[in-house]
Amino acid sequence: MSEIIKPKRTIIPFGPQHPVLPEPIHIDLVMEDETVVDAIPSVGFIHRGLEKLVEKKDYNEMVYVAERICGICSFMHGMGYCEAVEHIMDVEIPDRAKYLRTIWCEFSRLHSHLLWLGLLADGFGFEALFNECWRIREKVLDMVELTTGGRLISSVNKVGGLIKDVTPEMLKAMKETVIQVEKELKPVANTFLNDYSVKSRLCGSGILTKEEAIALGACGPMMRASGIEVDLRKTGYAAYDNIDFDIITSNDCDGYARCAVRIGELFQSVEIVRQAIDKIPDSEEVSVKLKGNPKGEFLMRLEQPRGEAFYYVEANGTKFIDRFRVRTPTFANLAPLIHTLKGAPFADVPLLVLTIDPCISCTER
Amino acid sequence: MENYGRNIVEIPLEKLVIVASEERDKGHRLAQACASYVNDKYELLYSFVDGYEMVTYKLIIDTDTEVPSISRICFPAFTYENEMKELFGVKIKGIVTDYNDKFYRIQTKTPFLKKGDK
Amino acid sequence: MKSFHKSPWLIHYDASSCNGCDIEVLACTMPRYDVERFGIINTGNPMHADIFCVTGGVNTQNAPIVKQIYDQIPEPKVVLAVGTCACTGGIFKECYNILGGVDQVIPVDVYVPGCAARPESIIDGVVKALALYQEKHDKMVQEGRGLPEDPSLDEDNDVDENASNDDNSSDENASDEENAS
Repeated sequence: MSEIIKPKRTIIPFGPQHPVLPEPIHIDLVMEDETVVDAIPSVGFIHRGLEKLVEKKDYNEMVYVAERICGICSFMHGMGYCEAVEHIMDVEIPDRAKYLRTIWCEFSRLHSHLLWLGLLADGFGFEALFNECWRIREKVLDMVELTTGGRLISSVNKVGGLIKDVTPEMLKAMKETVIQVEKELKPVANTFLNDYSVKSRLCGSGILTKEEAIALGACGPMMRASGIEVDLRKTGYAAYDNIDFDIITSNDCDGYARCAVRIGELFQSVEIVRQAIDKIPDSEEVSVKLKGNPKGEFLMRLEQPRGEAFYYVEANGTKFIDRFRVRTPTFANLAPLIHTLKGAPFADVPLLVLTIDPCISCTER
Repeated sequence: MENYGRNIVEIPLEKLVIVASEERDKGHRLAQACASYVNDKYELLYSFVDGYEMVTYKLIIDTDTEVPSISRICFPAFTYENEMKELFGVKIKGIVTDYNDKFYRIQTKTPFLKKGDK
Repeated sequence: MKSFHKSPWLIHYDASSCNGCDIEVLACTMPRYDVERFGIINTGNPMHADIFCVTGGVNTQNAPIVKQIYDQIPEPKVVLAVGTCACTGGIFKECYNILGGVDQVIPVDVYVPGCAARPESIIDGVVKALALYQEKHDKMVQEGRGLPEDPSLDEDNDVDENASNDDNSSDENASDEENAS
């Protein structure tokens, strides 16, 4: 009688095609009854091998490949690659281009976070909130389209600056839009942060403490939600060194904290766009002429909506660079995800996968 | 702060495990690791981050050299090491969760090892 | 059924897309573009679906999954390839892990180009797919595979018992032939 019956272990495959995820990821969940004891992710459904394209496309064409790593943070991927090559070639781009890059970065952060909030709301079955988030997101996308010409993949970056400039009317429209977005965001943020049903799903789920976050190499909002105050925008790439903002953190370490951090960053982005539009200098040029080919290596870091991204470029003085490597935030957040899944009930798995803001096409490239 | 991208230190193979455990003990996190195949040699990069500061250690090794895994020291290294192993064919031994070249499950074997073909 | 095309369900699978087309497909179901006004519901279950919307080119790992989802969708079905990558492989065509467009694995009915495909063009493709869907359904009925027309439900037609009997007999013949072969 005293013998304890050990629960049987079952393996439940999760994905690759799952209603909650727009993208395929496969996780083998080792279950004991209703509890996850281990999780083994397997990736590769979207692996294209685009880093290998450096042999076929020259360093100017690679910008367009870099932008298509991911459609959500496409602007920043293009920009990260350009900045890395600009560092190697020792090129200083015009100030106006730096400010414009900052503005578009924040616009893509706004649309990415709104997209994530919508998917999260959909994940716990709050359809109305989902639609509301995506309705606001459309306003942001309209402005991106007006100024760059593309809704998602903008292709305005090039090595040495930007392809096109914006008119003063466009800047005015952008500023009006962010003010409008801020106004419409307030009730949405209030629902996410104070609604009973949202709290009941998010509070206390997927705990990742500060020590664990460092040991497991978490990054971005996932890390800031565990109380670590690191935001790479403070390193001052583009025009961020001229902009005044505080890092948003939370000490709750759970799913709710991650949601709260991202909502805080939405309002922060609005503020940064306003500051940047006020400070943007007038100048004729938004790009500089390049001389020769890049030679050398550089590791560029920047803060994407999902966390820190690395762009490593190794160039050999010819038109074709030797190696282009991208380390995207979701790749770093895989290990923390496995950790948070352990011990979680099965019903929470989709939600926990969502709280790291997975971007699989970034991860697998 | 600006120059973190060029802060690349070359270390010999024997020092990799020592350096990794030193960095871990200092509370720095492993931010990224990657391989590249240049001039018939592997270049392995391991970047450790402390806040905004970053240091990258670079190993230059022959294609048949065995590399010890650091995933027992820094757990997140297992994804990067599996990637190196599958895409470049770097011989890494002792990865905590070794996918045995089934991480991306690609059909082309070690595609980055060859230059110029599809 | 004449109104067969009025409530098709849509399933979306991301083959190896960069996410751009995926979120545009999702944006289509938002109130602003509202593809649901055509009676379309975005479903996660292939067995409930009628329209298969694929984004991105296929690679060796997801080709069997694309094929499996296609096989699970009941007849009649329409396949929509959304985005340049799904049509031809696009910018990634030269990558080592890309086989090409979706038509390498399954037959594609409607191609929607664009990088990323705009919601308007996706809706345009969906409307084209709806017409094809009805056509495929009608063809199935003619071949005697679908649900046969019930003349008593159709107010315009006079009920003709002989005709319906003929239909039934041809149905039986068809199934006999299938069995024989």
